[in-house]
Amino acid sequence: MSLKEEVEILRQIPLFAKIDPSKIKLLAFTSERLTFQPDDLVCQQGDNGDAAYFIMAGEAEVIVDTPSGPLTVATLGKNDVVGEIAILIDVPRTATIKAKTELTTLKITKDVFFRMVTEFPEMAVELMRVLAERLVRTTDDLQKAKEMLRNES
Amino acid sequence: MEHSIYKYILRYSKKQQIILTLMSILSFPALYYYLELPKIIINQAIQADDIAFPVEYVGVEFDQTDFLYLTVGLFLLMVIVNQAFKYVINVYQGITGEQMLRRLRYELYCRILRFPLPTFKKKSAGEIIPMITGEVEPLGGFIGEAFALPIFQGGYLVVIVSFLVVQNWIMAVAAIALYPLQAYFIPILQKKVNLLGKTRVRLVRVLSDQLGESVSGVEEVHAHDGSNFMRANFSNQLDKIYVVRYRIYLLKFVIKFLNNFIQQLGPFFFYAIGGTMVINGTLEVGTLVAAIGAHKEMAAPWKELLAYYQRREDARIKYEQVVEQFEPAGMRDEDNQLIEPEEIPVLTGEFVAGNVELSDDTGNKILDGLSTRFRLDERIAVIGPAGSGREALTHVLSRLIDPDRGRLTAGKINLVTAPEAIVGRKISYVGQHGYVFNTTLGENLFFGLKHRPLHEKSYEGEEAEEREAYIKNAQITGNSADDIEADWHDYALAGVKNKEELNARALEVLEMVDLSEDVYRLGLRSTIDPKEAPETAELVLNARRRFFEKIETDPSLKNMIEAFEQDSYNTNASVAENLLFGTPVGDDFDLDRMAENKYVQKIIEEAGLTETFLKMGYQVATLMIELFADLPPDHEFFQLYGFISSDDLPEYQAMLSRIDSERLDSLKEEDRLRFMSLPFKVIPSRHRLGVLTDDIEEKIVAARHRFAEELPPHLKDSVAFFDADAYNPATNLQDNILFGKIAFGYAQAAEKIGAVLADVVQEMSLRSAIIAVGLNFAVGSAGARLNATQRQKLCIARAIIKKPDVLILNQATSSFDTATQTRLMKNILEEFEGRCLIWSLDHAEKTAGFDHVLVMRSGRVVEQGNPEKLKQGSGPFKEMLSAS
Repeated sequence: MSLKEEVEILRQIPLFAKIDPSKIKLLAFTSERLTFQPDDLVCQQGDNGDAAYFIMAGEAEVIVDTPSGPLTVATLGKNDVVGEIAILIDVPRTATIKAKTELTTLKITKDVFFRMVTEFPEMAVELMRVLAERLVRTTDDLQKAKEMLRNES
Repeated sequence: MEHSIYKYILRYSKKQQIILTLMSILSFPALYYYLELPKIIINQAIQADDIAFPVEYVGVEFDQTDFLYLTVGLFLLMVIVNQAFKYVINVYQGITGEQMLRRLRYELYCRILRFPLPTFKKKSAGEIIPMITGEVEPLGGFIGEAFALPIFQGGYLVVIVSFLVVQNWIMAVAAIALYPLQAYFIPILQKKVNLLGKTRVRLVRVLSDQLGESVSGVEEVHAHDGSNFMRANFSNQLDKIYVVRYRIYLLKFVIKFLNNFIQQLGPFFFYAIGGTMVINGTLEVGTLVAAIGAHKEMAAPWKELLAYYQRREDARIKYEQVVEQFEPAGMRDEDNQLIEPEEIPVLTGEFVAGNVELSDDTGNKILDGLSTRFRLDERIAVIGPAGSGREALTHVLSRLIDPDRGRLTAGKINLVTAPEAIVGRKISYVGQHGYVFNTTLGENLFFGLKHRPLHEKSYEGEEAEEREAYIKNAQITGNSADDIEADWHDYALAGVKNKEELNARALEVLEMVDLSEDVYRLGLRSTIDPKEAPETAELVLNARRRFFEKIETDPSLKNMIEAFEQDSYNTNASVAENLLFGTPVGDDFDLDRMAENKYVQKIIEEAGLTETFLKMGYQVATLMIELFADLPPDHEFFQLYGFISSDDLPEYQAMLSRIDSERLDSLKEEDRLRFMSLPFKVIPSRHRLGVLTDDIEEKIVAARHRFAEELPPHLKDSVAFFDADAYNPATNLQDNILFGKIAFGYAQAAEKIGAVLADVVQEMSLRSAIIAVGLNFAVGSAGARLNATQRQKLCIARAIIKKPDVLILNQATSSFDTATQTRLMKNILEEFEGRCLIWSLDHAEKTAGFDHVLVMRSGRVVEQGNPEKLKQGSGPFKEMLSAS
């Protein structure tokens, strides 16, 4: 897979959708493409996160440790992002990500990501927009959940 | 040591000085005739005064012309004889001087080895080093000429003067009339120069100390922005030296002026007085010419004498100043280091210290009447607050520092008087920061076993003669004649029989101090010469085969390493590596500068790849400019990812704007090289630039074959080609086993491959062979290529491997992390069960595994006993335990 294809995939990710293609290219070039074998762990719950992974091919399982043992809560595929929260703030990984098939990712480290954000303010603005959208969605969900609770009671 | 340089010279080179003096005196008759002959030639042979031709000499008759040839021939003979004397004397002087210099340096060095430790608190290496290297250097020259020169030149002068007297006494008096004046004034001026010279030597020593400090303390200078202050300090010192030198120059040239002036007065008198006498007919012209010639001859020896006088004063000062620095109080006796006892006793029984006192240089008592006794088969912990004398006790017990007074015995041995041969072999000491010498790891480890050349190396033929000459030279100069090439290892001391057993023991000890893994890794990264270690090379080759067997059978690993295969392109290696297909040796095929190599250019051209490379270069440059043009020049990305440095970027930018991508075949040589250099750095699977097509890769592989086949003989040694069945001497053990590139872009590839490698090593029991290679790792200056922990562990291992009866550790592990400390303590306590271990510790609770505890306070042992028992009591130990 060449740089061009990686750039295409990154551009489909909302966070980067509006960023200048040449900057995306730089991001792709300075990031490591990482392939995981089936059952390899991309990251482990509780570990400190230092990178986000953009899935370019293959599938991964999101597994959460529960008192009754590990529980697969979701399956991720092409164009999904893993661990982007961890590169913004220092929180331990909230779930374990395991490669389900051979999994190709683009690993963007915290350092590179932050450097990009400071270097190119338009990316920071875009990032804020994405986060704000998410906040709106989360607040929305919360509202709905509250209403549901009230209705039930 | 003799305090006067003359006494020193006479003591060690009396014979040589006498020979030199005799040779000088023997040369005088020839010298006299050398001066006399011109007169005979002019007056008799040419002008035929007072002589009737033909003349008869030894039964042969000479007419005037023959007589001229005879006298001229004699003159030539005298010239040769004179010069021959000079040559022999000079060479002999030089040798004598060098021998004495060697002796002096050696003696000074021996003295450093005997300095009491506290001396080094006052004297730094920066002061000591220039004394032995630079300051004494001119002494060698002086010693050679100390007697011979004044006698020779003085005698020469006397010969010339007496020649002049014989010719005409008035002229002789005139010529030397002003010498007394010189002889009076010059010493006075010289005395001032001498004093300044002394100051200068001292100032330069301070300067060199400052330099040393700046180098050692460079971290502090940076951390505190101290460079301005340091510069000012240095400048201040340079100024002091400048002022002194300035004054010296003024005086020196005054002296020179006086000398030259007085010398030039000679001809003045000759022409005036001699001329008058010739006019009056009381002097022959020939005599005047000879006298002027003689006076000219006089200038040289007189000048030499004066210069000698200055050098003598200089040498005298230097000698005295150096020697006084090498006589600190409390220096050990020479015999203490040199005596080899008939038998090295085993230290058993009890260690007894009675009334030991030790003061520091301010007179403060560090050990104040310390008395204690403990058994030599117990492991003893020494604890106490800072300043309790804990450290001083370890120094005194290990005999690094002599106590001011008091008794120290181990069994029957009086440690205060025992020679270093006993103390240094039966007692080991490791402080907080041990020192690692600039040699290999193994040499450092075995340093404590090298006391004497135990197994002499035998020499034959020419080597034997060289060795004899070496011994002779060493003996003449009072140097050590011990053979550095002999086997110095004291195997018996380490409890082994030979080198193999010692290596096996080294593995054990390295394991004990937790260093074997590090040495193993260093071994993996070391290269070996397969000619010197064919067995190791063979083992590595077998490991390589086994490694690939394992990789082949595991599909998940298969993609993680890409082996070097003769006929396929390695996508995880750069284009340069793919073309060379080997490891460069030396600079000819430096991977970063491959494009500049003429042979590489030729191969590329012949493979029809030149245009392709230029195009790739153009593409890479375009992409780099697109990506990096907006970045600030100091941006990290340039270093991490750039093919083009930020300095070169604008040039490439300019090139791209002026060059048409369709017309790459007509580039300027310089531009061409710029483009050509880029593709060599491309690693397809890392950079993912998509510029290398299958077709290009195939062509590069073909070029690779050609490269090897047509390699001209002078480049044969510049590359070690990859060969699946041969050991590659240019690369390290690990790369020899892996024989390929770890693939980019596979998660944990390095770890997984590392694990397979570890398996192979385990399976084939390669570990000890690799550690043995690791022992040959050169640790660098002061062990700089090891980290601080590794250095300290190495020092502890060095202290253990010589199997001392007493091991003294002065907080030797306190810089390690707690887990490592605990592990090491357990191992060392185990190793020293039934032997004596004295360990100064900073925490009372660490004493748990020890047999005995000494509790110190204000320079005394205030409590001692088994830690378990002391715990029950309510003494100082209990207090310290509960305080922590």
